[in-house]
Amino acid sequence: MGRRRVVITGIGVVSALGRDAREFWQALVEGRPGIGPITLLDMSAMRFQNGAQARSFNPAEHFQQKELDFLDRFAQFAVVAAREAVRDAGVEWTAGLRERSAIVTGSCVGGKASEDEGFQTLYLLRKPRVNPLTIPRTMGNAGASYVSMETGICGPTYTVSTACSSANHAIGQAFWMVRDGIVELALTGGSEAPFSMGHLKAWEAMRVVAPDTCRPFSKDRRGMILGEGGAMMVLEPLEAAQARGARIYAEIVGFGMSSDAHHLTQPSVEGPARAIRAALADGGLAPEQIGYINAHGTATPANDPTEVAAVRAALGAQAERLAISSTKSMHGHALGAAGAIEAIATVLALREGVLPPTANFTTPDPLCDLDVVPNQARRAEVECALSNSFAFGGLNAVLAFRRWEG
Amino acid sequence: MSDELIQRIISCIAESQKIPRENITLDSTFEELGIDSLDGVNILFLLENEFNINIPDEGVQGIRGVRQMVEALEKLLSGGANTGAVAQS
Repeated sequence: MGRRRVVITGIGVVSALGRDAREFWQALVEGRPGIGPITLLDMSAMRFQNGAQARSFNPAEHFQQKELDFLDRFAQFAVVAAREAVRDAGVEWTAGLRERSAIVTGSCVGGKASEDEGFQTLYLLRKPRVNPLTIPRTMGNAGASYVSMETGICGPTYTVSTACSSANHAIGQAFWMVRDGIVELALTGGSEAPFSMGHLKAWEAMRVVAPDTCRPFSKDRRGMILGEGGAMMVLEPLEAAQARGARIYAEIVGFGMSSDAHHLTQPSVEGPARAIRAALADGGLAPEQIGYINAHGTATPANDPTEVAAVRAALGAQAERLAISSTKSMHGHALGAAGAIEAIATVLALREGVLPPTANFTTPDPLCDLDVVPNQARRAEVECALSNSFAFGGLNAVLAFRRWEG
Repeated sequence: MSDELIQRIISCIAESQKIPRENITLDSTFEELGIDSLDGVNILFLLENEFNINIPDEGVQGIRGVRQMVEALEKLLSGGANTGAVAQS
Protein backbone atom coordinates (compact mmCIF):
# COMPACT_ATOMS: atom_id res chain seq x y z
CA MET A 1 0.00 0.00 0.00
CA GLY A 2 1.37 3.41 -0.92
CA ARG A 3 1.20 6.51 1.20
CA ARG A 4 -2.31 7.76 1.82
CA ARG A 5 -3.41 11.33 2.42
CA VAL A 6 -4.54 11.84 6.03
CA VAL A 7 -7.13 14.30 7.30
CA ILE A 8 -8.43 15.49 10.64
CA THR A 9 -12.15 14.79 11.02
CA GLY A 10 -12.77 15.39 14.71
CA ILE A 11 -11.33 17.55 17.48
CA GLY A 12 -11.75 17.86 21.23
CA VAL A 13 -10.13 20.23 23.73
CA VAL A 14 -10.33 20.77 27.48
CA SER A 15 -8.21 23.71 28.61
CA ALA A 16 -7.97 26.90 30.58
CA LEU A 17 -9.82 28.45 27.65
CA GLY A 18 -12.97 26.41 28.14
CA ARG A 19 -14.80 23.13 28.19
CA ASP A 20 -14.61 22.25 24.51
CA ALA A 21 -13.09 23.11 21.15
CA ARG A 22 -15.70 25.80 20.45
CA GLU A 23 -14.95 27.74 23.65
CA PHE A 24 -11.21 27.20 23.07
CA TRP A 25 -11.34 28.74 19.60
CA GLN A 26 -13.54 31.61 20.74
CA ALA A 27 -10.97 32.61 23.39
CA LEU A 28 -8.08 32.27 20.92
CA VAL A 29 -9.79 34.52 18.38
CA GLU A 30 -10.54 37.10 21.06
CA GLY A 31 -6.94 36.93 22.31
CA ARG A 32 -8.29 36.23 25.78
CA PRO A 33 -5.82 34.46 28.12
CA GLY A 34 -6.98 31.82 30.61
CA ILE A 35 -4.16 32.68 33.01
CA GLY A 36 -4.79 33.53 36.66
CA PRO A 37 -4.18 32.42 40.24
CA ILE A 38 -3.98 28.64 40.67
CA THR A 39 -6.86 27.60 42.94
CA LEU A 40 -6.45 23.82 42.89
CA LEU A 41 -3.77 24.04 45.58
CA ASP A 42 -2.71 26.16 48.51
CA MET A 43 -0.11 28.32 46.75
CA SER A 44 0.96 30.32 49.80
CA ALA A 45 4.39 28.65 49.93
CA MET A 46 5.06 29.15 46.22
CA ARG A 47 7.15 31.86 44.57
CA PHE A 48 4.76 31.97 41.60
CA GLN A 49 0.98 32.07 41.88
CA ASN A 50 -0.40 31.98 38.35
CA GLY A 51 -1.23 29.20 35.97
CA ALA A 52 -3.59 28.32 33.15
CA GLN A 53 -6.02 26.18 35.11
CA ALA A 54 -9.02 24.52 33.45
CA ARG A 55 -11.43 26.33 35.78
CA SER A 56 -14.60 25.41 33.93
CA PHE A 57 -13.76 21.70 34.00
CA ASN A 58 -16.06 19.88 36.40
CA PRO A 59 -15.19 16.17 36.65
CA ALA A 60 -18.64 15.32 38.03
CA GLU A 61 -20.19 16.45 34.73
CA HIS A 62 -18.26 13.75 32.93
CA PHE A 63 -17.69 10.82 35.28
CA GLN A 64 -19.37 8.72 37.93
CA GLN A 65 -17.64 8.81 41.31
CA LYS A 66 -16.53 5.20 40.84
CA GLU A 67 -14.81 6.18 37.58
CA LEU A 68 -13.11 9.15 39.23
CA ASP A 69 -11.54 6.79 41.76
CA PHE A 70 -9.61 5.28 38.86
CA LEU A 71 -8.72 8.43 36.95
CA ASP A 72 -6.18 11.10 37.82
CA ARG A 73 -7.05 14.56 36.50
CA PHE A 74 -4.64 14.18 33.57
CA ALA A 75 -6.43 11.01 32.43
CA GLN A 76 -9.83 12.68 32.85
CA PHE A 77 -8.70 15.39 30.42
CA ALA A 78 -7.66 12.76 27.86
CA VAL A 79 -10.97 10.93 28.13
CA VAL A 80 -13.16 14.04 27.90
CA ALA A 81 -11.19 15.41 24.93
CA ALA A 82 -11.34 12.01 23.20
CA ARG A 83 -15.11 11.77 23.69
CA GLU A 84 -15.56 15.19 22.10
CA ALA A 85 -13.28 14.34 19.16
CA VAL A 86 -15.01 11.03 18.43
CA ARG A 87 -18.47 12.60 18.72
CA ASP A 88 -17.35 15.48 16.52
CA ALA A 89 -16.02 13.12 13.85
CA GLY A 90 -19.23 11.09 13.87
CA VAL A 91 -17.27 7.85 13.81
CA GLU A 92 -19.45 4.79 13.36
CA TRP A 93 -17.65 1.96 15.07
CA THR A 94 -17.60 -1.56 13.72
CA ALA A 95 -15.65 -4.48 15.14
CA GLY A 96 -13.28 -4.28 12.17
CA LEU A 97 -12.68 -0.55 12.54
CA ARG A 98 -11.98 -0.90 16.27
CA GLU A 99 -9.32 -3.49 15.53
CA ARG A 100 -7.76 -1.29 12.87
CA SER A 101 -7.73 1.89 14.96
CA ALA A 102 -4.93 3.32 17.12
CA ILE A 103 -4.70 5.54 20.15
CA VAL A 104 -1.47 7.46 20.63
CA THR A 105 -1.27 10.04 23.39
CA GLY A 106 1.41 12.24 24.90
CA SER A 107 1.98 13.00 28.56
CA CYS A 108 5.08 14.42 30.16
CA VAL A 109 4.46 13.72 33.84
CA GLY A 110 1.42 11.42 34.16
CA GLY A 111 -0.62 11.37 37.35
CA LYS A 112 1.53 13.64 39.48
CA ALA A 113 -1.28 14.65 41.85
CA SER A 114 -2.04 11.00 42.62
CA GLU A 115 1.65 10.33 43.23
CA ASP A 116 1.89 13.37 45.50
CA GLU A 117 -1.09 12.15 47.48
CA GLY A 118 0.64 8.82 48.04
CA PHE A 119 3.83 10.53 49.19
CA GLN A 120 1.90 12.75 51.59
CA THR A 121 0.20 9.68 53.05
CA LEU A 122 3.56 8.01 53.59
CA TYR A 123 5.89 10.80 54.57
CA LEU A 124 3.62 13.44 56.08
CA LEU A 125 0.81 11.43 57.62
CA ARG A 126 3.23 8.58 58.44
CA LYS A 127 0.70 5.98 57.37
CA PRO A 128 2.08 2.57 56.42
CA ARG A 129 0.13 2.10 53.18
CA VAL A 130 -1.07 4.09 50.15
CA ASN A 131 -4.15 3.93 47.92
CA PRO A 132 -3.87 0.74 45.83
CA LEU A 133 -5.06 2.69 42.78
CA THR A 134 -1.95 4.90 42.90
CA ILE A 135 -0.14 2.91 40.21
CA PRO A 136 -2.99 2.78 37.64
CA ARG A 137 -3.81 6.44 38.32
CA THR A 138 -0.21 7.55 37.97
CA MET A 139 0.89 5.64 34.87
CA GLY A 140 1.43 7.82 31.82
CA ASN A 141 -0.77 5.65 29.61
CA ALA A 142 -3.78 5.81 31.97
CA GLY A 143 -5.63 8.18 29.64
CA ALA A 144 -4.91 6.16 26.50
CA SER A 145 -5.96 2.92 28.21
CA TYR A 146 -9.22 4.34 29.49
CA VAL A 147 -10.05 5.77 26.06
CA SER A 148 -9.37 2.33 24.62
CA MET A 149 -11.74 0.67 27.11
CA GLU A 150 -14.42 3.26 26.49
CA THR A 151 -14.29 3.32 22.68
CA GLY A 152 -13.41 -0.34 22.23
CA ILE A 153 -10.43 0.65 20.07
CA CYS A 154 -8.16 -2.38 20.30
CA GLY A 155 -5.40 -1.66 17.80
CA PRO A 156 -2.00 -0.08 18.65
CA THR A 157 -2.42 1.97 21.83
CA TYR A 158 0.42 3.69 23.65
CA THR A 159 1.71 6.89 25.23
CA VAL A 160 4.79 8.87 24.31
CA SER A 161 6.69 10.85 26.92
CA THR A 162 9.17 13.34 25.54
CA ALA A 163 8.59 16.27 27.90
CA CYS A 164 7.11 19.25 26.06
CA SER A 165 7.20 17.46 22.69
CA SER A 166 5.17 14.44 23.88
CA ALA A 167 1.95 15.24 22.03
CA ASN A 168 3.67 16.23 18.80
CA HIS A 169 5.61 12.96 18.81
CA ALA A 170 2.33 11.14 19.52
CA ILE A 171 0.37 12.86 16.74
CA GLY A 172 3.25 12.43 14.30
CA GLN A 173 3.43 8.69 14.89
CA ALA A 174 -0.34 8.32 14.67
CA PHE A 175 -0.25 10.26 11.38
CA TRP A 176 2.42 7.98 9.97
CA MET A 177 0.49 4.85 11.00
CA VAL A 178 -2.62 6.07 9.15
CA ARG A 179 -0.62 7.30 6.16
CA ASP A 180 1.21 3.99 5.80
CA GLY A 181 -1.91 1.84 6.12
CA ILE A 182 -0.99 0.31 9.47
CA VAL A 183 -4.32 1.52 10.87
CA GLU A 184 -7.53 2.95 9.38
CA LEU A 185 -8.14 5.54 12.07
CA ALA A 186 -6.17 7.12 14.90
CA LEU A 187 -7.31 8.98 17.97
CA THR A 188 -4.33 11.04 19.04
CA GLY A 189 -3.28 13.99 21.17
CA GLY A 190 -2.17 14.49 24.73
CA SER A 191 -3.14 15.50 28.23
CA GLU A 192 -1.49 16.93 31.32
CA ALA A 193 -2.39 18.00 34.85
CA PRO A 194 0.80 19.41 36.37
CA PHE A 195 -0.74 21.25 39.32
CA SER A 196 0.48 19.24 42.29
CA MET A 197 2.59 20.74 45.06
CA GLY A 198 5.61 18.50 44.57
CA HIS A 199 5.67 19.12 40.84
CA LEU A 200 5.11 22.87 41.06
CA LYS A 201 7.91 23.11 43.63
CA ALA A 202 10.20 21.43 41.11
CA TRP A 203 9.27 24.04 38.49
CA GLU A 204 9.80 26.80 41.05
CA ALA A 205 13.33 25.50 41.70
CA MET A 206 14.10 25.69 37.96
CA ARG A 207 13.36 29.42 37.98
CA VAL A 208 11.69 29.44 34.57
CA VAL A 209 8.10 30.28 35.59
CA ALA A 210 6.91 33.88 35.25
CA PRO A 211 5.53 35.66 38.31
CA ASP A 212 2.92 37.47 36.22
CA THR A 213 1.87 36.12 32.86
CA CYS A 214 3.18 34.54 29.67
CA ARG A 215 4.52 37.11 27.16
CA PRO A 216 6.09 35.20 24.28
CA PHE A 217 8.44 37.17 22.01
CA SER A 218 7.89 40.31 24.10
CA LYS A 219 11.02 42.01 25.44
CA ASP A 220 9.60 42.01 28.98
CA ARG A 221 8.85 38.25 29.00
CA ARG A 222 9.70 36.63 32.31
CA GLY A 223 9.19 32.95 31.66
CA MET A 224 6.53 30.37 31.11
CA ILE A 225 3.12 29.90 32.68
CA LEU A 226 2.21 26.27 33.30
CA GLY A 227 -1.11 25.08 31.93
CA GLU A 228 -3.29 21.99 32.08
CA GLY A 229 -5.73 20.28 29.79
CA GLY A 230 -6.16 17.72 27.09
CA ALA A 231 -6.67 17.73 23.33
CA MET A 232 -7.42 14.88 20.97
CA MET A 233 -8.06 14.57 17.25
CA VAL A 234 -9.37 11.89 14.91
CA LEU A 235 -7.14 11.12 11.92
CA GLU A 236 -8.46 9.18 8.95
CA PRO A 237 -7.35 8.46 5.39
CA LEU A 238 -8.79 11.09 3.05
CA GLU A 239 -10.61 8.49 0.96
CA ALA A 240 -12.36 6.95 3.95
CA ALA A 241 -13.36 10.34 5.30
CA GLN A 242 -14.79 11.39 1.95
CA ALA A 243 -16.56 8.06 1.48
CA ARG A 244 -18.50 8.52 4.70
CA GLY A 245 -19.10 12.22 4.07
CA ALA A 246 -17.11 13.35 7.12
CA ARG A 247 -16.36 17.00 7.78
CA ILE A 248 -12.66 17.63 7.12
CA TYR A 249 -10.91 20.23 9.26
CA ALA A 250 -7.51 20.10 7.57
CA GLU A 251 -4.96 17.72 6.14
CA ILE A 252 -1.96 16.61 8.17
CA VAL A 253 0.91 16.42 5.72
CA GLY A 254 4.28 16.26 7.48
CA PHE A 255 6.09 15.26 10.62
CA GLY A 256 9.73 15.95 11.47
CA MET A 257 11.80 15.02 14.50
CA SER A 258 15.32 15.68 15.72
CA SER A 259 17.47 15.71 18.82
CA ASP A 260 19.80 18.56 19.74
CA ALA A 261 22.40 16.17 21.23
CA HIS A 262 23.46 19.23 23.19
CA HIS A 263 22.09 20.06 26.68
CA LEU A 264 19.33 18.99 29.09
CA THR A 265 17.67 22.41 29.21
CA GLN A 266 19.42 24.92 26.95
CA PRO A 267 17.74 25.16 23.55
CA SER A 268 19.71 25.04 20.32
CA VAL A 269 19.09 26.58 16.91
CA GLU A 270 20.21 23.71 14.74
CA GLY A 271 18.12 20.92 16.38
CA PRO A 272 14.75 22.67 15.95
CA ALA A 273 15.78 23.84 12.47
CA ARG A 274 16.46 20.24 11.45
CA ALA A 275 13.04 19.16 12.77
CA ILE A 276 11.34 21.92 10.75
CA ARG A 277 13.25 20.91 7.61
CA ALA A 278 12.34 17.27 8.26
CA ALA A 279 8.63 18.13 8.56
CA LEU A 280 8.76 20.02 5.25
CA ALA A 281 10.59 17.16 3.53
CA ASP A 282 8.13 14.61 4.95
CA GLY A 283 5.22 16.61 3.57
CA GLY A 284 6.89 17.51 0.27
CA LEU A 285 6.48 21.18 1.15
CA ALA A 286 8.53 24.20 0.13
CA PRO A 287 9.19 26.99 2.67
CA GLU A 288 7.10 29.35 0.51
CA GLN A 289 3.97 27.29 1.27
CA ILE A 290 4.19 27.95 5.02
CA GLY A 291 2.09 30.96 5.99
CA TYR A 292 1.73 30.42 9.72
CA ILE A 293 3.64 28.77 12.57
CA ASN A 294 2.16 27.99 15.94
CA ALA A 295 5.37 28.48 17.90
CA HIS A 296 6.74 26.52 20.81
CA GLY A 297 6.96 30.08 22.21
CA THR A 298 7.32 29.40 25.94
CA ALA A 299 8.27 33.02 26.79
CA THR A 300 11.45 31.98 28.59
CA PRO A 301 14.36 34.31 27.90
CA ALA A 302 16.21 31.50 26.08
CA ASN A 303 13.49 29.78 24.03
CA ASP A 304 12.00 32.59 22.02
CA PRO A 305 15.10 34.08 20.33
CA THR A 306 16.44 30.58 19.72
CA GLU A 307 13.17 29.53 18.09
CA VAL A 308 13.15 32.65 15.91
CA ALA A 309 16.71 31.87 14.81
CA ALA A 310 15.71 28.26 14.08
CA VAL A 311 12.73 29.35 11.96
CA ARG A 312 15.04 31.67 9.99
CA ALA A 313 17.65 28.94 9.60
CA ALA A 314 15.08 26.45 8.31
CA LEU A 315 12.82 28.66 6.19
CA GLY A 316 15.16 31.38 4.94
CA ALA A 317 13.47 34.42 3.43
CA GLN A 318 10.01 32.93 4.00
CA ALA A 319 10.53 33.48 7.76
CA GLU A 320 10.20 37.22 7.16
CA ARG A 321 6.91 36.78 5.25
CA LEU A 322 5.03 34.30 7.45
CA ALA A 323 3.19 34.90 10.72
CA ILE A 324 4.21 33.12 13.92
CA SER A 325 2.28 33.25 17.18
CA SER A 326 2.43 31.53 20.53
CA THR A 327 -0.98 30.53 21.85
CA LYS A 328 0.74 29.48 25.10
CA SER A 329 0.16 33.13 25.95
CA MET A 330 -3.49 32.12 26.44
CA HIS A 331 -3.68 28.37 27.32
CA GLY A 332 -0.33 28.24 29.11
CA HIS A 333 2.32 25.58 28.69
CA ALA A 334 0.51 22.29 29.10
CA LEU A 335 3.76 20.28 28.79
CA GLY A 336 2.88 16.87 27.31
CA ALA A 337 -0.48 18.18 26.09
CA ALA A 338 0.97 21.37 24.58
CA GLY A 339 1.52 19.96 21.09
CA ALA A 340 -2.03 18.60 20.94
CA ILE A 341 -3.69 21.81 22.10
CA GLU A 342 -1.54 23.80 19.67
CA ALA A 343 -2.14 21.38 16.79
CA ILE A 344 -5.87 22.02 17.18
CA ALA A 345 -5.26 25.78 17.31
CA THR A 346 -3.28 25.41 14.06
CA VAL A 347 -5.91 23.27 12.35
CA LEU A 348 -8.66 25.73 13.30
CA ALA A 349 -6.53 28.65 12.10
CA LEU A 350 -6.28 26.99 8.68
CA ARG A 351 -9.97 26.11 8.56
CA GLU A 352 -11.33 29.44 9.79
CA GLY A 353 -8.78 31.63 7.97
CA VAL A 354 -7.94 33.39 11.24
CA LEU A 355 -4.51 33.40 12.90
CA PRO A 356 -4.69 33.40 16.72
CA PRO A 357 -2.50 36.07 18.28
CA THR A 358 0.38 36.15 20.72
CA ALA A 359 -1.46 37.62 23.72
CA ASN A 360 0.06 39.73 26.52
CA PHE A 361 2.55 41.24 24.07
CA THR A 362 3.85 44.67 25.09
CA THR A 363 7.28 45.44 23.65
CA PRO A 364 9.08 44.17 20.54
CA ASP A 365 12.34 42.32 21.17
CA PRO A 366 15.00 42.81 18.47
CA LEU A 367 15.98 39.16 19.04
CA CYS A 368 12.44 38.00 18.19
CA ASP A 369 11.67 40.31 15.29
CA LEU A 370 9.37 38.15 13.20
CA ASP A 371 5.67 38.88 12.63
CA VAL A 372 4.38 37.51 15.95
CA VAL A 373 0.72 38.58 15.50
CA PRO A 374 0.68 40.68 18.68
CA ASN A 375 -2.54 40.66 20.72
CA GLN A 376 -5.05 40.76 17.85
CA ALA A 377 -6.16 37.78 15.81
CA ARG A 378 -5.74 38.31 12.09
CA ARG A 379 -7.76 37.18 9.10
CA ALA A 380 -5.43 35.35 6.74
CA GLU A 381 -5.99 32.37 4.50
CA VAL A 382 -2.73 30.48 4.50
CA GLU A 383 -2.04 27.30 2.56
CA CYS A 384 0.09 25.44 5.11
CA ALA A 385 1.06 25.82 8.74
CA LEU A 386 3.57 24.30 11.15
CA SER A 387 3.20 23.55 14.85
CA ASN A 388 6.49 23.46 16.78
CA SER A 389 7.32 21.60 19.98
CA PHE A 390 10.84 21.66 21.42
CA ALA A 391 11.35 19.71 24.64
CA PHE A 392 13.73 19.80 27.55
CA GLY A 393 16.31 17.19 26.77
CA GLY A 394 16.64 18.68 23.28
CA LEU A 395 13.92 16.61 21.60
CA ASN A 396 12.14 18.42 18.79
CA ALA A 397 8.93 17.51 16.93
CA VAL A 398 7.24 19.57 14.23
CA LEU A 399 3.90 18.90 12.52
CA ALA A 400 2.82 20.32 9.15
CA PHE A 401 -0.81 20.87 8.15
CA ARG A 402 -2.49 21.98 4.91
CA ARG A 403 -5.71 23.92 4.54
CA TRP A 404 -8.55 21.74 3.25
CA GLU A 405 -10.20 23.28 0.23
CA GLY A 406 -13.18 20.97 0.33
CA MET B 1 32.46 41.50 52.20
CA SER B 2 33.33 38.93 54.87
CA ASP B 3 35.81 36.20 54.14
CA GLU B 4 33.55 33.63 55.78
CA LEU B 5 30.71 34.54 53.41
CA ILE B 6 33.01 34.29 50.41
CA GLN B 7 34.28 30.87 51.52
CA ARG B 8 30.78 29.48 52.11
CA ILE B 9 29.65 30.63 48.68
CA ILE B 10 32.76 29.20 47.03
CA SER B 11 32.09 25.90 48.82
CA CYS B 12 28.57 25.76 47.34
CA ILE B 13 29.88 26.47 43.86
CA ALA B 14 32.59 23.83 44.27
CA GLU B 15 30.01 21.29 45.45
CA SER B 16 27.68 22.02 42.55
CA GLN B 17 30.37 21.89 39.90
CA LYS B 18 32.35 19.04 41.46
CA ILE B 19 35.56 21.05 41.18
CA PRO B 20 38.25 21.82 43.82
CA ARG B 21 37.61 24.95 45.87
CA GLU B 22 41.12 26.10 44.98
CA ASN B 23 40.03 26.54 41.37
CA ILE B 24 37.52 29.21 42.38
CA THR B 25 38.42 32.79 43.28
CA LEU B 26 36.40 35.89 43.97
CA ASP B 27 37.19 37.04 40.44
CA SER B 28 36.20 33.80 38.66
CA THR B 29 33.47 34.23 36.09
CA PHE B 30 30.77 31.58 35.67
CA GLU B 31 31.90 31.15 32.10
CA GLU B 32 35.46 30.31 33.23
CA LEU B 33 34.06 27.78 35.69
CA GLY B 34 31.83 26.20 33.05
CA ILE B 35 28.66 27.21 34.89
CA ASP B 36 25.60 27.31 32.63
CA SER B 37 22.01 28.31 33.45
CA LEU B 38 21.05 24.88 34.82
CA ASP B 39 24.18 24.83 37.03
CA GLY B 40 23.20 28.32 38.12
CA VAL B 41 19.82 27.26 39.49
CA ASN B 42 21.52 24.35 41.25
CA ILE B 43 23.98 26.73 42.92
CA LEU B 44 21.09 28.95 44.04
CA PHE B 45 19.42 25.89 45.55
CA LEU B 46 22.58 25.00 47.48
CA LEU B 47 22.95 28.60 48.67
CA GLU B 48 19.30 28.69 49.83
CA ASN B 49 19.97 25.61 51.95
CA GLU B 50 23.36 26.80 53.17
CA PHE B 51 22.05 30.17 54.36
CA ASN B 52 18.49 29.06 55.12
CA ILE B 53 16.91 31.76 52.97
CA ASN B 54 14.69 32.04 49.92
CA ILE B 55 16.45 33.71 47.03
CA PRO B 56 13.97 35.42 44.70
CA ASP B 57 14.40 35.19 40.92
CA GLU B 58 14.76 38.94 40.68
CA GLY B 59 18.21 40.23 41.42
CA VAL B 60 20.02 36.98 40.62
CA GLN B 61 19.24 36.68 36.93
CA GLY B 62 22.11 38.85 35.73
CA ILE B 63 24.80 37.28 37.92
CA ARG B 64 27.78 36.18 35.85
CA GLY B 65 30.56 35.67 38.40
CA VAL B 66 31.55 34.87 41.97
CA ARG B 67 31.99 38.47 43.09
CA GLN B 68 28.53 39.42 41.86
CA MET B 69 27.09 36.38 43.62
CA VAL B 70 28.77 37.34 46.91
CA GLU B 71 27.48 40.92 46.60
CA ALA B 72 23.94 39.72 45.90
CA LEU B 73 23.99 37.31 48.86
CA GLU B 74 25.44 39.98 51.14
CA LYS B 75 22.56 42.27 50.23
CA LEU B 76 19.98 39.51 50.73
CA LEU B 77 21.41 38.44 54.10
CA SER B 78 21.51 41.99 55.39
CA GLY B 79 17.83 42.29 54.51
CA GLY B 80 18.62 45.00 52.01
CA ALA B 81 15.81 47.06 50.56
CA ASN B 82 13.58 45.30 48.04
CA THR B 83 15.61 42.12 48.01
CA GLY B 84 12.59 40.03 48.84
CA ALA B 85 14.67 37.59 50.89
CA VAL B 86 12.59 35.63 53.36
CA ALA B 87 14.26 33.87 56.26
CA GLN B 88 12.96 30.36 56.75
CA SER B 89 11.93 29.30 60.22
